[in-house]
Amino acid sequence: MSVRASYLPAGLPRPLPEPDGLDAPYWDGTRIGELRVQRCRACRGWQWGPEWICHRCLAFDLEWTAVEARGRIYSWERAWHPVHPALRGHGPYIVTLVELPHAGGVRMVGNLIGDPMQTVEIGAAVEAVFEAHDDVTPPFTLVQWRRSV
Amino acid sequence: MRSTRTIRGQVAVAGIGETTYYKHGQATEAEVTLALRAILSACEDAGLDPREVDGFASYSNDRNDPSRLAAALGLPALRFSNMQWGGGGGGGSAAVGNAAAAIAAGYADCVVVFRALAQGQFQRFGAAPPAATATGEAALTFPYGLISPAQRFAMRVMRFMHEHGIRQEAQRAIALASYHHAQSNPRAVMHGRPLTPEAYDASRWIVEPFRLFDCCLENDGAAALVLVSAERARDLRQPPAYLLGVAQGSEYRNGARGHNAPTYASASFTTVAPQLYAMAQVGPKDVDVVQSYENFTGGVLMSLIEHDLFAAEDANEVLTPDNLIAPKGRLPLNTSGGNLAECYMHGLELQIEAVRQIRRTSPNQVEGARVALVISGPMVTPVSSMILGGEETL
Repeated sequence: MSVRASYLPAGLPRPLPEPDGLDAPYWDGTRIGELRVQRCRACRGWQWGPEWICHRCLAFDLEWTAVEARGRIYSWERAWHPVHPALRGHGPYIVTLVELPHAGGVRMVGNLIGDPMQTVEIGAAVEAVFEAHDDVTPPFTLVQWRRSV
Repeated sequence: MRSTRTIRGQVAVAGIGETTYYKHGQATEAEVTLALRAILSACEDAGLDPREVDGFASYSNDRNDPSRLAAALGLPALRFSNMQWGGGGGGGSAAVGNAAAAIAAGYADCVVVFRALAQGQFQRFGAAPPAATATGEAALTFPYGLISPAQRFAMRVMRFMHEHGIRQEAQRAIALASYHHAQSNPRAVMHGRPLTPEAYDASRWIVEPFRLFDCCLENDGAAALVLVSAERARDLRQPPAYLLGVAQGSEYRNGARGHNAPTYASASFTTVAPQLYAMAQVGPKDVDVVQSYENFTGGVLMSLIEHDLFAAEDANEVLTPDNLIAPKGRLPLNTSGGNLAECYMHGLELQIEAVRQIRRTSPNQVEGARVALVISGPMVTPVSSMILGGEETL
């Protein structure tokens, strides 16, 4: 699912792909609503955050695979203190670490959208919400999460 | 014949020096001046001519360049110049270990380990950089509002507390112990400002599970240790605090990007602590007093468990103020006030307090303290920890 409404206020640092091209496929995928993870062509191991080398077999032969955009809450935190000028006066928000069991258990950081004061359950099922930011150059899309119904 | 793959008993801390600890941004002298004052004070404490210093070791990307210090002090020669690579405050014990290794190897004879901070003169440590964009690891975190050190670590602690059923009161006890010990330490920034459980409970959240009082201070100041060989230390002014063991590093893929460390709910000591005890030839039951770096109390919680001082399932029972307070507690912790209440000199003040415990000069002295454990900054990589011992431990 994609949304335009932004969970956090404008003004936070915007993501850019690395100049060496390592993570471009991930960010390209987010723009079309695809969640992509690295997978080694040699040993089929999953890998996240991106690296040029497979940490399991040391081959430099990684491809990008689209996976189901769902997972489980592995951990979370509720931030209250504004750590950036853009967050002043905004109020608390939730950062979550989501585990993808179907992609080797790799974990992704995002926000848990919805009520900032919701009770968060480690282990709860979540699904991705692609949050498009089209009004900036270059445009980008964040991968947020919400509780699965 | 000395064993070649250990530094146990070969090097000692012969001198300690500190400046006044100021609130951050309020140092009255330049940062490099603070560094020089602490170094000279440590030499004075040892009864050493400062011109004997021939090496420097530091950590956390300290700004005070050894060649500048050596020139400023008119040292006859510089023979060791070392920065622990990575890990910020996790490198304090490693810096001591690196200095000790230099002495044991014969590179240098008198190495100063120091840390100096005057944050108002530079960008605030840990502050969000003002850049408009982020790449790499930062691109995976900053846009989601995960920016500060507290936020980088909170999810590790949250997971650990969940896995082991640990309550907020366990973190609170760590904070209360530091503040209690600061009340007997006139040099502590929080001296005269005690903390009650009620005040802790009422304090604002920074990022759950950390409240205001779970977080370290920010201070300007400087601290220094002078290390020499054990033989030399016995000829100097103070009872030597011998280095029994040091270890540094982190476990498998701790540094995996985007919060993908396989052992995530960790302070990063699971491989470091066993190596430390093996070198020191002591076990957790032999430790008389502990200094454990409180960037955040949750990090101390995990550090203590990973150093086998108690089991995770016993944390709620063990972590009470009574158990943590010197001299009677079963696990005296952060006995000069720690990073929470003495000052935040990135843990070097904890190392100095460990030396005082061995010398029997602490404001909160543990009776008969012979083995002092120091755990440097948790939840980063690489981390480090060290054990100091008195003469009777050799």
